[in-house]
Amino acid sequence: MNSAAMMPLALPHPSAPPGETRLLADWYTTGRPATLNDHLTRYGPPPVAAALGSRTSVPLVEAVEAAGLTGRGGAGFPTARKLRAVAERRGRAVVVVNAMESEPASCKDQFLSTVAPHLVLDGAVLAAAAVGADTVHICLPRDRATQHRQLSAALDERRRARLDPVRLRLQALPHPYVSSESTSLVRWLNGGPARPQGSPPRTHERGVHRRPTLVNNAETLAHLALIARYGPDWYRQAGTPDEPGTTLVTLSGAVAATGVLEAALGTSITTLLDRAGEPTEPLQAVLLGGFAGTWLPRAHLHTPLARRDLAPLGAAPGAGVLIALPRAACGLSETAQILAYLAAHSARQCGPCHLGLPAVAEDFTALAAGRADPGLLPRLRRRTGLLPDRGACRHPDGAARLAASALRAFADDVDHHLTHGPCPAAHQPPRIPIPPATPPETWR
Amino acid sequence: MTSTRSLRVNRITCTGQGLCAELLPELIDLDEWGYPLLKDRAVPDQLRTHARQAVAACPRLALHTDRGRP
Amino acid sequence: MTTTLALTGSPLWYASRASGTLALVLLTATVTLGIAAGGRAAPRCIGRFEIGLLHRNLSLLTLAFLTMHVVTAVLDPFVHLGWAVAVVPFGASYRPLWLGLGTAALDQLLAVLVTSALRQRLGVRRWKAVHWMAYAAWPLALFHGVGTGTDTRLPLQLWLHAGCLGAVVAAVWWRLAKAGPGHITGRLPAATAAMAVPVVLGAFLATGPLQPGWAQRAAATTFVLGGGR
Repeated sequence: MNSAAMMPLALPHPSAPPGETRLLADWYTTGRPATLNDHLTRYGPPPVAAALGSRTSVPLVEAVEAAGLTGRGGAGFPTARKLRAVAERRGRAVVVVNAMESEPASCKDQFLSTVAPHLVLDGAVLAAAAVGADTVHICLPRDRATQHRQLSAALDERRRARLDPVRLRLQALPHPYVSSESTSLVRWLNGGPARPQGSPPRTHERGVHRRPTLVNNAETLAHLALIARYGPDWYRQAGTPDEPGTTLVTLSGAVAATGVLEAALGTSITTLLDRAGEPTEPLQAVLLGGFAGTWLPRAHLHTPLARRDLAPLGAAPGAGVLIALPRAACGLSETAQILAYLAAHSARQCGPCHLGLPAVAEDFTALAAGRADPGLLPRLRRRTGLLPDRGACRHPDGAARLAASALRAFADDVDHHLTHGPCPAAHQPPRIPIPPATPPETWR
Repeated sequence: MTSTRSLRVNRITCTGQGLCAELLPELIDLDEWGYPLLKDRAVPDQLRTHARQAVAACPRLALHTDRGRP
Repeated sequence: MTTTLALTGSPLWYASRASGTLALVLLTATVTLGIAAGGRAAPRCIGRFEIGLLHRNLSLLTLAFLTMHVVTAVLDPFVHLGWAVAVVPFGASYRPLWLGLGTAALDQLLAVLVTSALRQRLGVRRWKAVHWMAYAAWPLALFHGVGTGTDTRLPLQLWLHAGCLGAVVAAVWWRLAKAGPGHITGRLPAATAAMAVPVVLGAFLATGPLQPGWAQRAAATTFVLGGGR
């Protein structure tokens, strides 16, 4: 790919819309991060004036609605509904770009803001125009200095070109797991800790500085920037009729080429694994959606990456994280360590999360280590059921989903661990890179 | 007066004092850590007074009734 | 001597003294319950909501007796107090400092009453902030009673004061003992205050009200900022 960067660039006609690969089209063509110049040559300036609608164009909110764009941060909420909710509030709004990506197994937002920063920033500026905002806060984790420097340089380029009618502010936030939750961002921007706030009032009603606030994932905004240029019909050319468009996927674990790729929604998981250079070992399962996601056993890997197909399996595309677990690994001990990490990263605000997550993690560790008492499995199931919908954010729900899906996907291993003690692989170091289960140093 | 009410717990302010479960056992259980489990968020008409008392009794003001169905 | 002291004055004066003493006892019970029930530990035999109701009802009863105490004291012809004395502290013509403490305590309790009635609207933080003042109102009421009280030197009254003091201090210690580790910044002052109040009160009693000539000295003591007389 680097050889491509050395060659004279053969860019397509500026108005020609990208095909299957969209967000990463520039990267695939040039192999280097897009400067503002590259970006403007390819896409032209963001159509800010058209975002509000005119005789020749539909308002951006309607275009996004027709395109069927959903949030790419994990929850998959319809973006147009968010835009409309903020736009309908009185008073100057604020736009927050969520590029926190605190999911340890995901790096798509980091990658995107490195290779196509101006696509993300265009989306933020267009969304700001659509909802009547004068300020955009771009939230990055404090511990990613390189990403910060790159985006800072991109912002300088835009400022020099006098491109944007709104203020763009780069913010460096603390990086615990739940700090990427939208209310955590708002709370931190208001001078508080980066802990989830709970609702009401909802962010779109009263967010940053008590103003209506739109919080969107970085990738979502990049898609929005393309919809503003090429329209909903073009957007719907990829993906399924229910879930149109493409999505960024982060692949890791037992695949030849770990990293980020762009795929149409509805692409099967097997195809995605093949595009990542095929599995390096026979696979046992795939963890879909990250640490707060769902284990899919090998039998389900033909499932398309789409909300509708994954829902019966209790899974969702989420933020597009795929972790391939080889057959040689112990799914239960991997899960136990992820749960311990999630428990350590609880914001310690809500009782069921603060007390329940460590309890579930402890039970799971005992199960993985073969230290199970007779009451363990019923207790673990009961406690897992006590977590969902009982926190200010969805952190306990995610941990419960992971634990429950592990008990389902590795049901045979559970039996084996209960009757014969731990499997040999349980004593191996984990195959999934899991950060240490220590509480975050700071929330400020 | 026919509008329905639904229960809501502010999970951040709730410290698991447990008064709500004493006053409204029909709708609220406590989990093993003493935090409320809502069996049903919708408040039936005959329990409305009890619900109001439970809301008033919460020392952390963490229990609320909202208008409308859950 | 005690008989002559107790039998002078009008029926209103008796009513005022009696209701004041009762209000102090009730306030002590309210504060004791509030302190003891505020933590996580609770007895099994009684519902937590019952303790909460008792706390609320005792506080309302306290206010009822306080109202009676104030009204009778103002109406009593012996001391010539205006109605302003009920709400404006340290402006009284009679023992301004010691009466002012009682007025300040009453003001705080009224603030607690109003915020408690509106607590659903105010939110827990603002309500709690004002509620904490009730802790300050109790020692104020105690010193007011001791400093102004006609009956301070009666042995029964002294025992009553000692009982009130003992109840609150015991409640503070019980709560601190039952509470888990941590929160040292909040608990250290509480423990210190619980120890300091009895010591200060004892010293004050020994040098003040229990010495001959207190009536003259109390009348002359004015609050430095309040001006008084």
